[in-house]
Amino acid sequence: MSDALSKGEVTSTQLTQAHLDRIADVDPAVKAFLHVDAEGALTQAARVDADRSAGKKVHPLAGVPLALKDVLTQEGIPTTAGSKILQGWKPQYDSTVVSKIKDAGIVILGKTNMDEFAMGSSTENSAYGPTFNPWDLARTPGGSSGGSAAAVSAFEAPLAIGSDTGGSIRQPAALTGIVGVRPTYGAVSRYGLIAYSSSLDQAGPFGRTVLDTALLHDVMAGHDPKDATSINGAFPDVVAAARKCDVKGMKIGVIKQLQGEGYQSGVQARFDESLQVLASLGAEIVEVDCPSFEFALAAYYLIAPSECSSNLARFDAMRYGLRVGDSDGASAESVMNATRNSGFGHEVKRRIILGTYALSSGYYDAYYGSAQKIRTLIIQDYAKAFAQADVLVSPTAPTTAFKIGEKSDDPIAMYLGDVATIPVNLAGICGMSLPAGLADEDNLPVGFQIMAPAMADARLYQVGSALEAALVSQWGGHLISKAPALGGSK
Amino acid sequence: MAISYNDVVAKYDPVLGLEVHVELNTESKMFCSCSTTFGAEPNTQTCPVCLALPGALPVVNATAIESTIKIGLALNCSIAPYSRFARKNYFYPDMPKNFQISQYDEPICFDGYVDVEIDTDEGPRQFRIEVERVHMEEDTGKSLHVGGATGRIHGADYSLLDYNRAGIPLVEIVTKIVPGTGKYAPEVARAYVAELRDILRGLGVSDVKMEQGSLRCDANVSLKPMGSEVLGTRSETKNVNSLRSVERAIRGEMIRHAELLDAGQKVKQETRHFQEDTGLTRSGRSKEQAEDYRYFPEPDLVPVAPDAAWIEELRAALPERPSLRRKRLKEEWNVPDKEMSAMVNADVLDIVEATVLLGADPTKARSWWLGEISRIANDKDVPVTELSITPADVAEIVALVNKGELTDKLARQVVEGVIAGEGSPAEVVAKRGIKVVNDDGALMAAIEKVCVDQPETAQKVRDGHIPAAGALIGAVMKETKGQADAARVRELLLGHLGQATS
Amino acid sequence: MSSLSRDDVAKLAALARIEMSEEELVSLASQFGVILDAVARVQEVNLDGVVATSHPQPIQNVFRKDVVQPSLTPEQALSGAPAQEEQRFRVPQILGEAE
Repeated sequence: MSDALSKGEVTSTQLTQAHLDRIADVDPAVKAFLHVDAEGALTQAARVDADRSAGKKVHPLAGVPLALKDVLTQEGIPTTAGSKILQGWKPQYDSTVVSKIKDAGIVILGKTNMDEFAMGSSTENSAYGPTFNPWDLARTPGGSSGGSAAAVSAFEAPLAIGSDTGGSIRQPAALTGIVGVRPTYGAVSRYGLIAYSSSLDQAGPFGRTVLDTALLHDVMAGHDPKDATSINGAFPDVVAAARKCDVKGMKIGVIKQLQGEGYQSGVQARFDESLQVLASLGAEIVEVDCPSFEFALAAYYLIAPSECSSNLARFDAMRYGLRVGDSDGASAESVMNATRNSGFGHEVKRRIILGTYALSSGYYDAYYGSAQKIRTLIIQDYAKAFAQADVLVSPTAPTTAFKIGEKSDDPIAMYLGDVATIPVNLAGICGMSLPAGLADEDNLPVGFQIMAPAMADARLYQVGSALEAALVSQWGGHLISKAPALGGSK
Repeated sequence: MAISYNDVVAKYDPVLGLEVHVELNTESKMFCSCSTTFGAEPNTQTCPVCLALPGALPVVNATAIESTIKIGLALNCSIAPYSRFARKNYFYPDMPKNFQISQYDEPICFDGYVDVEIDTDEGPRQFRIEVERVHMEEDTGKSLHVGGATGRIHGADYSLLDYNRAGIPLVEIVTKIVPGTGKYAPEVARAYVAELRDILRGLGVSDVKMEQGSLRCDANVSLKPMGSEVLGTRSETKNVNSLRSVERAIRGEMIRHAELLDAGQKVKQETRHFQEDTGLTRSGRSKEQAEDYRYFPEPDLVPVAPDAAWIEELRAALPERPSLRRKRLKEEWNVPDKEMSAMVNADVLDIVEATVLLGADPTKARSWWLGEISRIANDKDVPVTELSITPADVAEIVALVNKGELTDKLARQVVEGVIAGEGSPAEVVAKRGIKVVNDDGALMAAIEKVCVDQPETAQKVRDGHIPAAGALIGAVMKETKGQADAARVRELLLGHLGQATS
Repeated sequence: MSSLSRDDVAKLAALARIEMSEEELVSLASQFGVILDAVARVQEVNLDGVVATSHPQPIQNVFRKDVVQPSLTPEQALSGAPAQEEQRFRVPQILGEAE
């Protein structure tokens, strides 16, 4: 697309309009978007077109449309984080990621649906209704960045941005047959990213191909003085790596704990095949043992709720957002209590309570304190593993896309879906999911997860591009072309 | 039953704990770049960070770190090679995030001390107050309570919040418990806060104006029966806005605790508010229902690990300790202890020193500032430093008196004039036409006239009755509109009337 | 098996300023047992001598120069306010006392 734009074969305005039309056509069924900003998008597109005509130098992605998860602030555009408590709120400032996107001339089509405050793995926890998987509209696209993934998967946008705290980019990418990357912690600014779990959150790119994703990753990453946890140093060249397509001599480590029992047979099958493909391309497959990963889920479900119980305290009806119960005789306290009860969904409340408990005096050491120590063990296991292999791999998720409502009553079943993605967040390293094929039993997409050490994001793209090229060649096209047709136009 | 303070200290032994909050005078806030200027229009100094908008993140102010380390060093603390911020979680509308970024088990400075000296019946006595920790945190916004009778929170209909102050850097200085002060507890506490204030002022890290809230003191008091090792229940008193209030609050709490204990009742562990008008405390929040703050390390900030070499640089650059400075000045000026204390208590030491540095004699400088100028300040009910007279002015006046161009009496007129805003001493002298009549000829003329006007009195003096000269001198002063040098007049008059001028 | 009673959950909800319905309190209390068991697994590991990680990257000493930058205008600051008066955020009567 970028090529076509730069060659003048198509204008950004045309491209943007085409996508807006596509959204109008299929989104009533997919429900990826919470807010479409047609006016803003077309204005930005026109500006890029004018710059191009005037001969100004523009970024390779200038004029390309993108869908933005509603967890990032965009000035003047409704931002809800998928929650009723922020219904109608228009941020007074742009997140750094959005500033960078705007500076590159990328066109923001609108804000996409998500699990409320990024808590969930199916987008069913959105206060505004679920998003539906373009591969099978009776199923979830995964979560919490389900809207962004579905938008790319349904060709409503070629690029999207999500956020990944426990797998919320990689898992939806896997379930919708596209590419999603969770960058190294600290590589992408969190300023303006509505916080769920501060030490685990990172925004990241979605694309239909590894190269597209790399181009977006490159725009998003970088040091930000407004984020004290932001990395200040040399950033890997992910775009160059995405063009390498070469794994000769690389060691690929299969994590013993993240495969086999508990993984759907079709998922395991596609994973094993992908390993064989990589081997045939010249990589060496080794097995690594990460025993602490068994406790990763437990640690995550203590750390994330603890941090979120504190991060979400600011939603108190005093300065912005929903206010409920402000009648005669109401007190600030009663209004806070009523608003937070009304404005937060069940899953959010559950995690706030769990987090409040885990941090309370007397329980801190046993719960939060212990979880942070497990984290150290996980980092140590990864360090040992990365001494034996350049990248580590696993299936992204244990199952393919599940039916809407199938897991929503069983929190533990839902949490188990994150078992393979969570260790990456706890360690602060980077991970990618790319399509590995369809599961035989249900013809639904399967994702292959690649993990690399902190700041070695380039390795993800190098291995990913090689695998992608080989698989695409096998399939005769990208996996997404096998998705069922949606709507009237394409 | 009213119990006297002496009764209290005969039976009970007070134990103190003092928490002092200092607002740093940095240009920008602790975690964001908003201005910290006092008195701005409401909500004109806020941003996503200090308003706690969704997605905003804190970044630490480098100067605040430096100021805090300086404070720790000046209080003889160890500086932690590694310290972290922590979240203190509780809900309150003046605290936008509903948690305060503070420090918990890893404060930046710890284990220091402050030595103070107070006057006792047995002479000056030293006390060492141990400082447990010095840590950084952020201030809250300000609320205006509308609808209630007194503008206080009780009975208000609603509140209006201004977040300009939210996020201003605060340093909290916490003492270890202070036993062994006995009946001097109030004085020791006051001396400690005063010394802290002087140290902080000397470091230049804060305005330390208690009336403006840039220095706040919470006083914790408990009583234990004399001779017992078991600590009593403590109460915490807030809203202590002056040094005098520190003393009064502690004295008041000691009496209140004693009355309860004498009556067989228990002291409640609670927060109380000091009331300036009555000198008593009012019950506030019960500490027994204190919230669980659920402290955990602040994930949005990274640890602070100050470079050891840099800490030594800061230590070397520390200004002279106030107590050492006082010693030095006392010796240089040759001033007795009581006069030093008077200057310190009246808070004029700095201003006197400044005057001396401009050339004035220390004794004269002191007597002006502690005497006439303090009197005028008291009449106007303002601190000396708020009057429009400067050390330079006083130095100039002292010089004029030395040159003989002013008498002490005339100089007082000049002081009045300067304070009234009439200009510099030279300008006041010119405007008011104040001039010492030095001319003996003019004086003699006046003297002769007066002796002619009051022949009986003049005769009395001639006869040897010297005190009668007083009336004649007064008359001469009147003749010369007070501008004669009274001493010279006396000399000439006595000479004129045939008396020795000794 | 660990669990929380309905009253325990109510106390936590009060700490978190969420006024939950009776239904929700009971439902959460019943789910908590399973969840707590799952997360309590972190206690199964020998954690002696293990230092807790609160930051994945070993970053230290990130500071900001003490320089003033423009603030939001008061209109911007108050733009999301549920209620405002005299350029201040208006909130219902506050019952509790400040720290």
